[in-house]
Amino acid sequence: MAKVYVTTPLTKEQIKNIKAGDEVIITGTIYTARDAAHKKMVDDLAAGKALPFDATGAIIYYTGPTPPKPGQALGSCGPTTSYRMDKYAPTMYEQGVGAAIGKGYRSDEVKAALVKNGALYLASTGGAGALLAKRVEAAEVVAYEELGAEAVRKLTVSELPTVCINDASGGDQYYNGQVQYVKADAMVKPKKPEAGE
Amino acid sequence: MREIHVDQVAETIAKMFMEANYYLSPDVVAAIDKATKDEQSPVGQAIFGQLIENYTIAMTERVPMCQDTGSALVFLEIGQDVHFTGGYLYEAIHKGVAKGYTDGYLRKSILNDPIKRVNTKDNTPAFIYTEIVPGDQLKITVDSKGGGSENMGQLKMLPPSAGWEGVRKFVVEAVAAAGPNACPPLVVGIGCGGNFDKVALLAKKSLLRHVGHSNPDPEWAAREQELLTEINKLGVGPMGLGGTVTALAVHIEVMPVHLTGLPVAVNIDCHAHRHKEVVL
Repeated sequence: MAKVYVTTPLTKEQIKNIKAGDEVIITGTIYTARDAAHKKMVDDLAAGKALPFDATGAIIYYTGPTPPKPGQALGSCGPTTSYRMDKYAPTMYEQGVGAAIGKGYRSDEVKAALVKNGALYLASTGGAGALLAKRVEAAEVVAYEELGAEAVRKLTVSELPTVCINDASGGDQYYNGQVQYVKADAMVKPKKPEAGE
Repeated sequence: MREIHVDQVAETIAKMFMEANYYLSPDVVAAIDKATKDEQSPVGQAIFGQLIENYTIAMTERVPMCQDTGSALVFLEIGQDVHFTGGYLYEAIHKGVAKGYTDGYLRKSILNDPIKRVNTKDNTPAFIYTEIVPGDQLKITVDSKGGGSENMGQLKMLPPSAGWEGVRKFVVEAVAAAGPNACPPLVVGIGCGGNFDKVALLAKKSLLRHVGHSNPDPEWAAREQELLTEINKLGVGPMGLGGTVTALAVHIEVMPVHLTGLPVAVNIDCHAHRHKEVVL
């Protein structure tokens, strides 16, 4: 498990070299989007409209921040639970998105889309919104302003800490991490990923 | 009879929601500090380090510890000798929530309708729970309940033949299914008994108990410990990255039940377990 510093956008080569369990420290531009914005983006694509940002190697952050206090670029901004974006995520990866940051388990369809398109699923620490806000230097709404906290925002981040959960070759850190600590007599065992290495 | 002006209720509630979101309560701080020592995974320990840094920043800078500042839950224990003056109590509660969430830079997460989904822009309506109790005091408890952990809740009407073993299995499976989604380490609230709606309310109310306090019935206190041990065997760990601390505490609340039933409900809360009480 390595510590990898990346600047955006991600290249195919960078993505290939990042493995489940690696710490991925991000500097550059990322875009926020959660449920409502994903629905709009996928609807827009179906209607032949372009995404509100260049998707190639882009990083999407599943977060809905609190309003900034005077002097803050952005309010608290921890990750939201990712499965709610599972319905839309394969389409976004098809468009060239390099990684999404969230928290929690992904569907088999999303994990297959990561392998197929050469992309990553990263997690930041849920509930650490005040800490993560410190890594955001600038924020501006770039689409769907009417969605408020759910609008698409362009964030400039400096060393945003994440962990790679699912990599482009089927590695799954939730499984790898939990299988080390599950007790032999536990009532439920971690589920082995279908598309494992 | 004692008179309480509803404006005092509104002001108190506004302040309570801000403070609950900025200052992690001492019972949860103590539980996290203890869990940091118990956790065996280095990755898990690093997560605990981030959580401690996070709640310290929130406290020092008066910013929300988590961006999901939740549904505004307001529990009132109203002494039967209290008379409210100056307006309608529920309107005052909503006013207090709107003020707290607006002035406190908290996120407004409430939508007007589950299908239309338009934001009400001030986090109202509050979710209000009232109980009439003896005396002339008003006890207000607020809880900013995050949506991620709330979504992982489950309820089942078990047959009586399932017994404690069935309850145990249902709870542990619910926590395993929640895994990293609910932001572990968790506080697991369980209701057992009652009926379809009461069991859910019991699970919710069990979350209001201070972390570290057990059910007063020694038999149920032992079952809380048993479940905590079983949950921490799962290996889910902090943020689901693997570890020995998946839950900080298990709280069970029980009530009598019809002879045909064994209802059980699980209401999960994350480590940002935000609750606060005031007695007026």
